Amino acid sequence: MSENIKKIKEVEKVVIRFAGDSGDGMQLTGSQFTETTAVMGNDLATFPDFPAEIRAPAGSLAGVSSFQIQFSSDIIQTPGDDLDVLVAMNPAALKTNLQDLKQSGIIIANKANYSKKNLKLAGWETNPLEDDTLMGYQLIALDMTKIVSHAVEDMNLTSKTVSRSTNMFALGLMFWLYDRSMDSTISFLNKKFAKRPELVESNIRALKSGYHYGDTVEAIQSSYKVPKAKFERGLYRNIMGNQAVCYGLMAASQKSKCRLFYGGYPITPASDILHILSNHKNFKVKTFQAEDEIAAIMSVIGAAYCGSLGITATSGPGIALKSEAMGLAVVTELPLVIVNVQRGGPSTGMPTKTEQADLLQALFGRNGEAPIPVIAASTPVDCFNAAFESARIAMEYMTPVVLLSDAYVANGSEPWLIPSMEDLPEIETHIKKDGTKFQPFKRNEEQLARDWGLPGTPGMEHRVGGLEKDEHTGNVSYDPINHHRMTELRYEKINKIADSIPEIVPHGAKSGDILVLGWGSTYGAIRTAVNEAIKDGKSVAHAHLSYLNPFPKNLGEILLKYRYILIPEMNFGQLLMLIRNKYLINAKGLNKVHGKPFTVSEIYSGINDIIGD
Amino acid sequence: MSQVSESTLTRKDFISDQDVRWCPGCGDYAILAQVQKVFPDLGIPKENFLIVSGIGCSSRFPYYMDTFGFHSIHGRATALATGAKMANPDLSVWVVTGDGDAMSIGGNHFIHILRRNLDINILLFNNEVYGLTKGQYSPTSSQGHISKSTPLGSVDYPFNPPQLALGAGGTFIARGIDRELKHLNQLLKEAHNHSGTSFLEIYQNCWVYNDGAFANLTEKELKMETQLILEQGMPMIFGKDKDKGMRLVKGNLEVGMIGKDCKMEDILVHDEKNKIHGLMLSELTHKDGFPTPIGIIYREEKPPYEELLLNQIQKAIQIQGEGNLDSLFQNGHTWKV
Ligand code: SF4
Repeated sequence: MSENIKKIKEVEKVVIRFAGDSGDGMQLTGSQFTETTAVMGNDLATFPDFPAEIRAPAGSLAGVSSFQIQFSSDIIQTPGDDLDVLVAMNPAALKTNLQDLKQSGIIIANKANYSKKNLKLAGWETNPLEDDTLMGYQLIALDMTKIVSHAVEDMNLTSKTVSRSTNMFALGLMFWLYDRSMDSTISFLNKKFAKRPELVESNIRALKSGYHYGDTVEAIQSSYKVPKAKFERGLYRNIMGNQAVCYGLMAASQKSKCRLFYGGYPITPASDILHILSNHKNFKVKTFQAEDEIAAIMSVIGAAYCGSLGITATSGPGIALKSEAMGLAVVTELPLVIVNVQRGGPSTGMPTKTEQADLLQALFGRNGEAPIPVIAASTPVDCFNAAFESARIAMEYMTPVVLLSDAYVANGSEPWLIPSMEDLPEIETHIKKDGTKFQPFKRNEEQLARDWGLPGTPGMEHRVGGLEKDEHTGNVSYDPINHHRMTELRYEKINKIADSIPEIVPHGAKSGDILVLGWGSTYGAIRTAVNEAIKDGKSVAHAHLSYLNPFPKNLGEILLKYRYILIPEMNFGQLLMLIRNKYLINAKGLNKVHGKPFTVSEIYSGINDIIGD
Repeated sequence: MSQVSESTLTRKDFISDQDVRWCPGCGDYAILAQVQKVFPDLGIPKENFLIVSGIGCSSRFPYYMDTFGFHSIHGRATALATGAKMANPDLSVWVVTGDGDAMSIGGNHFIHILRRNLDINILLFNNEVYGLTKGQYSPTSSQGHISKSTPLGSVDYPFNPPQLALGAGGTFIARGIDRELKHLNQLLKEAHNHSGTSFLEIYQNCWVYNDGAFANLTEKELKMETQLILEQGMPMIFGKDKDKGMRLVKGNLEVGMIGKDCKMEDILVHDEKNKIHGLMLSELTHKDGFPTPIGIIYREEKPPYEELLLNQIQKAIQIQGEGNLDSLFQNGHTWKV
């Protein structure tokens, strides 16, 4: 339409952050940009960051909500450290996010929101759009609200409706700047506001005026193109961590031929798992929103006793409430998966922020000797595998399993090479139906798993419960030697899982100066930092643990191949404690609990601190 | 298919090989015997019974029944039973609990199972004391109850279990007594027949820690005067000479002396479906000058939770078709590389 005389520069990767007030629709804007970017064939990683309050006071620093995305023509692992573009819809967003913007990075600001009142709320003494605060950056300050009102002038909309669609203006401008199509968002808007055609129209007009603004305004000299990334061949979609957990569990349910039963209680950031599973009733998934965290896991234990794949998901405080019931699942040896989407703690802590400080709770947070396998998801996509694997172990070993994820992987998203159900392995269960004198605690040799006799099966009547069992008959027993033996057996069974999991293979140097050992969502930052260090000629490797209990069999041997072991964690050294204790080595920790993931440069300097620049 | 066909099931089929470990003379024995007697008559294959309990003396119950059983943790039996019933709605699920287990630590789960109305039978063995932990007062102990933890008498006001159950939306609320075997037998069957959560409170004597708590209801000389036996459609009369009855005076239940201060026509006829009557009757729990109602206090037909859930699942399948994971994964924006 317009004769585009502007330059198009090709770049390899870009980091954008949309930031604004909680009411400005930044999460929606970010996820729309993500959808489009995924379809354009870039690799990407996202980081939504929002306040715990649903409606923090408008314009306040506490009310800033942001969505960061990195996209690239290369394979990337993190949402990026420094920003190329900061969309700052209001002064508070500028205040809280400016420090992350690169030198000479682009700021896009909606002037309309930089009122005296808002400036004061955000702690700006003068208007940074008008003085030299932002020197050295490329500032594009414009009155989006005014432009959008012009665009919808003939529609007779309230000023509230108009200002609500300024996020679409910003999105349109970013689409233009990075050469993306508006089609996906247009069809999204048509669907979302199907019942309110005036909103479809106003949002689309806002989106388009943002797009055309880029084309026409002189302040912007060029747009950018990020070529497609070279992915492995196959069919892709974008997926979020919590969604991937649900799909992995549903896949495991099908592969084990055990119905999925989910019992949960609303808690941030795990609630989406309840929402998503509740939406799949046509898969015969049964979901139960219980009266509390304890009832949630108890219902799951009841369902598991009756032959379901029992699932519950929560976050740290919820795990604390469930811990007695987890012990019951250990002693009755029933298959369930307990998902902990970790968040900042202790207590209520920081509900929407990420942390990895529940590892020791997962391993040890119960009365008595109560070993439970622990698996951690490292990326949004890995949530699928980790969930499937957790369910496999639960069923094959007749045990509760803890699956650790965190707010960062749960809410983050990335492209997913969609697997085919056909390619996923079958999961064997220990269901017995023969009806001869059933012994509930008879174990098989391979896994030491007990037989699973389901109510409704003739001849299998038996009792289980929280009291110690006789090793042979399964009847209640207070015999001292038997108790010792049963405790041993419960440990042996969990340790045997190591026979069924892959050995760990470090990425990078097979031996050398430093091994960076991680678990969970630190994967992307560690992998990127280690790759950079390798490029810089350092003798560095990365090993990432998916299995925290038991550890892969060869872990001890691998650790001995490096002079230093560095363990970055978003806690004060929990894996570090386990590694030092088990392998008696002087591993070093790199620890932070900011409620935010590690940046690549933080890991890189951690490496430098040990082996020098 | 049952190995033992239902008609040939006998009491013996429900006796497990475990030694019963309650104190000799405990009221629990009589209840166990009644349950073992009733189960073969219910027309349910043996393998479809599931008994779930929490913690406490009564909660040892599942070990003594040769059925599927789960001795869970303190207060949580109703929550576990909820999951079991949802997972397999064909089961006949029975929860055995006590006043500490259900009214104290498990209070939350107790009210919520009643609200949801799963088709589960709850037997509350109420002995108004903690037995297994050796004699502390419980949420149903009367005020002033002297126990190890209340040497000067408890100052707590007790719970009134049937009233609590009514308030929580219970659809079957009844009371029996461990010593009234025939009556209890009847109530167990009625509880089973009710579709929805059945709540049966059973007064149970703990002779070790709270002996005689219900003596006035069980002693031969007294009980005719203290038990108000409720029968559907029958006037609420009691007394050795059947000369007393319940009547309404200015909206309140009063004891009337038939032929003296009132006529037979003044006596209320029991209607299980009348919730206001149910509330008034449950109010008579341990009330001075009044008899204690025994029998079905309230009954209401309402579809149980699991039925509604299964309907939703069926409807979802009807509308969307049975789910296919491959197409679910490929749903929405996808792209090929
Ligand atoms: S302590 Fe009381 S309730 Fe418990 S078994 Fe003994 S008599 Fe029965």
